[in-house]
Parts: sequence; structure tokens; C-alpha cells
Amino acid sequence: MHQFLFLLFGAFCVGGAINLLLQKKTINSALSLIVVMGSLALIYLLLGAEFVAVVQVIIYAGAIMVLYVFVIMLLNAGDEEVVKGSNVAKIFGIPGLFAGGIIGIWVLLQHRPAEKLLPIGAMYGPADKVGELLFTKYLLAFEVTSILVLIAIMGAVVLTRRSRV
Amino acid sequence: MSAWTFLIVAVIKIAVTLGVLLTVVAYTVWLERKVVGHIQNRWGPQRVGPFGLLQPLADGIKFLLKEDLTPPYVEKHLYLLAPALALIMALTSIALVPIGPIVHLFGISTPVQITGVIDATGQSSDINVGLLIILGITSLGVYGIALAGWSSNSKYSLLGSLRASAQMMSYEVSLGLSLVGVLILSGTLSLGGIVKGQLGTWFGVIPQWYIFRWQFVAFFIYMMSAFAETNRIPFDLPEAETELVAGYHTEYSAMKFAMFFMAEYANMVTVACLASVMFLGGWSGPPMPFLPAVVQAFLPLVWFSSKIFFFLFLYIWIRGTLPRFRYDQLMAFGWKFLFPLALANVVITAFFVAWRA
Repeated sequence: MHQFLFLLFGAFCVGGAINLLLQKKTINSALSLIVVMGSLALIYLLLGAEFVAVVQVIIYAGAIMVLYVFVIMLLNAGDEEVVKGSNVAKIFGIPGLFAGGIIGIWVLLQHRPAEKLLPIGAMYGPADKVGELLFTKYLLAFEVTSILVLIAIMGAVVLTRRSRV
Repeated sequence: MSAWTFLIVAVIKIAVTLGVLLTVVAYTVWLERKVVGHIQNRWGPQRVGPFGLLQPLADGIKFLLKEDLTPPYVEKHLYLLAPALALIMALTSIALVPIGPIVHLFGISTPVQITGVIDATGQSSDINVGLLIILGITSLGVYGIALAGWSSNSKYSLLGSLRASAQMMSYEVSLGLSLVGVLILSGTLSLGGIVKGQLGTWFGVIPQWYIFRWQFVAFFIYMMSAFAETNRIPFDLPEAETELVAGYHTEYSAMKFAMFFMAEYANMVTVACLASVMFLGGWSGPPMPFLPAVVQAFLPLVWFSSKIFFFLFLYIWIRGTLPRFRYDQLMAFGWKFLFPLALANVVITAFFVAWRA
């Protein structure tokens, strides 16, 4: 069951990603990206990380992608141009992709945890545990990220502010 | 409880909740026309049935029998997907709302909540992150409106849906932040748990609802953001009929239009449910020990539905009273007033809880 659901959502995820690249209309690509985000959230849920899964839906599918769709609608972006693609990408890209994939899978298999699959419905990542970890073990990373976000907000304010001279 | 009983109970709960929700949606439309009529010194619907009570039925038949028109030059797939998306997202979120405590019927005990179950200790329990799931579903509801406007290929629709997406994105922030104060006090994200935290009274009279525990500012921020989230007057700019014909659903007719209509009213019900669960104690209410046991069993449902009725009436009342915001006023109100106020509420509540601990 677990494996079946993982394969199902994984297929959705990969299919959405491929569809994202193949679609000519920008808005269809954005919608495929939402499918990718949604299936990633479901895979997090299979891993027992309920909080991360829901936050993935709220932040990525609910906020960031709405912004993307909003901008696409606002600019009324037309169809994409289809280019033939460079020969360098064809010669080195596909073998490179395979090599990278194989190395990645090999590394992951080396570091595979000894535990078996989680039973469905077992949640190991409740919100309070995540919050506790963020404010104790990963406090530095958390605060650094918050400063990064603050700088991004200030950048947005500076860019949109009309000059008063 | 065996798997089959669980399945049957779940299906019954879903069917009953959905039926009640759709009936409430239909009769909220009736109530709105009636109340707004009386506010404006008219009678409202009164021809179909006594007091016009069969009007929703007549409207439904009309919507079903009208010609289902698809205008040319629309983006067909997205045009058809949008109303379905809006309605599905609006109807799904009710599944997480705790409507009542555990009921015992035909030897089976289950909480009156679709996602609620009884755990090993005999207590009712539900999804740990229920509140976040509701917020996630409502944030996905924006796509229905955004895609409707874009795919219709019409300037009124596009303007309406641009307004709707910008407005819903902006007010979602203060809506979410206004709930954080309650979450700090309750210490849980499960809606059932939040209701359980509000049982009991002070001096046997005043219920321990979060609105009485210094969250009244948050309650008003929530209500104002909720009005904006559901695109209701005074925040109904996405469908401002004086400027945009009908906003994002200008190009929709017959049942597809009715789906947007139902989605809007179902969203109103969900927002009212969430308000009563977070701030007004959900199904809890003052105890009435003098009533017979059979009536006592129904009391939680009565409390919950009267709270929902209060919020729905408030929606209609305000619609009959207030004019519409201007667009820049809407954005300034959301970002420069509600957002800082919600942040201040979070900080003050956090200090309060830390000081008490």
C-alpha cells in the first residue's frame, strides 16, 4: 500500500514536471507546477511529516504559485517560443543526466537508514516537534533564514518605492 | 470498530454533512434576499411557497434547465475546470470542522465530525494539523476564481479575477495571523482540541471562550479578513457590478454560474464555522441541567448552529448596511491596519502566555 501510494504520487510528480517543460502556454506550466507541489506534499505525508506536508501546500501551492499565476495573468503572457535546443545539450545533457542520476541513487543507497517503511497514518513530524527543533537545535539556521527573508522584503520595498525627487 | 462499520459511519457522516451544508447554502440565499429585502423596505421572495420558502428550489431548477452556454474564444479546459475547482475546495473544508461532541447511536459512538475518530482512550480525536489543512484548502480555492477570470478571455472577468487574487492573497496573511493568538493559548492545531480547550465556565456563567480570553481584537481582525476572503460586501470588488458587470463569473451561465454562487456561500459557512470553533467555543455552550436528557443530547448542535446562524446573519446585515470599499482603500486597510494589528496581537499574547508560565 505504502509503496503503491509512493509510486502513484511519484508518477504524478514526475509527470507534472515533464508536463511543465512540454507545455507551450505559461499558465499550463504553472498549473503543472502546482501538481508537482501537491504530490510532493503527499509524499511528505507518506513519510509521516504532516506539518511539513501541510505547510508545503499552504506556502508553495497556496501562496507562491498563486503569485505566479497572478503575474502570468497580469502580464497576459502569450505562448512560448519553441527553440530547437543546442547540440551541446543533446550530446552532454542526456548522458550527464543518467550519470548524475546513477551517482545520486548510489549515494542514497549507501546512506539508507536501517528502518523499514512507516505504517500508513503514523505521524512522526507533529508541529510542536518541528517548532522545538527549530528553536533549539537549528536556531542559528532559522535566524539566519529570517534575516535573509528580511533582506528580501527590504529589497522589494526599495524596488517598488517611487523616488520622491 | 471494524473496518466496515468505520466505512459505513464515515459515508453516513459525509452524506449527512454534505446534505445539511447544501441545504444551508440554499437557504442562506433565501435568507439573504429576505433580510436585505426587509432592510430596503421590500418583501423579498414571497411568491413560491409560504414566505417564499420554496424559492431556492425554484432557483435550482432554473439553473439546471437553462442553456449551458460556452462562449467562443474561451480557454475550454480551464474554463470548465474553474467552477468545479472553486466548488470542490469550498465543500471540502467542512470535513475538518468539529460540529459536535461524541454521539452514541445504535451502539456506535463517534464524534460529529467527518475527520474525527475515537482513539484508544475513548476520547474523540482528529487530525493534528486540522486548522492548517483548512487554511491550505481555502488558499487553493483562489485558483478557481483566478482561472475563471483568465480562461474567460474577457476584460471584465480578467479584472475581476486579478482583484480577487490580490485581495485574497493580502487578507490571507492577516487572517492566518489573527488565528495565531488562539493557537498560542490553546497549544494545539487540532480543531477538536481547540474546542476542548474552551469547555468550562468562570463563576458558572461566563464561558471560557477564547474571545473572552483577550482574543477579541483577533476576533475582529479575523471577521474583517474573512469578509474579504469570501468576497462579500464591503470587500466585494471582484464582482463589483457597477464597474465589472459581474467580475470573474461574467462569462458563466446556468449551472456553472450556480457553482460559483454555491462556492461563495459554502465558503461563508466554512468561515463562520471556523470563527465559532476558534473564538466562540464551537459546540460548547452554557450547561442546561434542567432540560430532559434527550434535549441535552441535541444541545451542542443547537449551540453550534445558532453561532453559525449569527455569523450568516451578520454577513447579510452588513451587506444591507455598508457601501463598497475603493480598491486602494481595500489594500491600505489590509496591509497598513489589519496586518500590524494582527502582528501586535500575536506579540502581546505571546508575552502574556510567557509571563503567566
